[in-house]
Amino acid sequence: MSKKKALAVTEKRAIDMASGEPTQNGLFFTPLVDIYETDESLTLVADMPGVTKGNLDIDLAEGILTITGTVPVGEDMPQLAYQEYQIGGFTRKFRVGEAIDQSGIRAKLEDGVLRLVLPKAKSLRPKKIEVEVA
Amino acid sequence: MLYGWDTADLFGELRRMQSEMDRLFHRVGSTTGTSGVFPLANIYDDGEVYHIRAELPGVDRNTLNVTVTGDQITITGERKPEIPEEASYHRRERDHGAFSRAIKLPAVMNADGVKALYKNGVLDVLVPRAEEAKPRKVAVEG
Repeated sequence: MSKKKALAVTEKRAIDMASGEPTQNGLFFTPLVDIYETDESLTLVADMPGVTKGNLDIDLAEGILTITGTVPVGEDMPQLAYQEYQIGGFTRKFRVGEAIDQSGIRAKLEDGVLRLVLPKAKSLRPKKIEVEVA
Repeated sequence: MLYGWDTADLFGELRRMQSEMDRLFHRVGSTTGTSGVFPLANIYDDGEVYHIRAELPGVDRNTLNVTVTGDQITITGERKPEIPEEASYHRRERDHGAFSRAIKLPAVMNADGVKALYKNGVLDVLVPRAEEAKPRKVAVEG
């Protein structure tokens, strides 16, 4: 049997409200992300467990991409008897260097993972130049 | 809008920290502190049902399993790596791999009544206490 890589605990990073992060009231964490780029687009994948479509806000303005998701803290839950992690929302900002085709942005939220595809503006995509033979 | 520390917030934060300390010293089960084993879990208790909650974003549903053995609940699964073709990574923070987390509960469970639900990347496992482990009111005579 092949040994699989074991998934380790990554402590959630709470956002320090005192540093003036513009967030809503309550506890917020920095979501872990993957960002990759192809010729056509930038893709951002973010772990945001507990966030639903209705609680998710994505904003791209003046080259700053902001993703914010709130999570219900569990008022409907019974008495907390044992706690290993804290519950709160997720928020993070990114500077987007590329020109993005705003109308083509697509977002998908599945099993607590946000997948955001930002297509590059057409003028920035690499263009193949046909070489004419004289 | 920017939010700073106002007095109400500060006291709220202190109360939250205090109640957290209280919980740490009165915790249930024989699991120790922060186990450091993925996934981290919170346990809620209403006296009849233990409610285990864990954050498991992006876990392959086909691999996600909850098993009950004696007084122990075991959660196993795997988060598969995503390998896009011809892409260059700017950031790579999301980890992948297999996991197995065992949680011992202090009361006898009703294994047949255990329910598990995976929604929005959060796993909820509901574990009812066995009949004999439920709190019982005793009428005082005399």
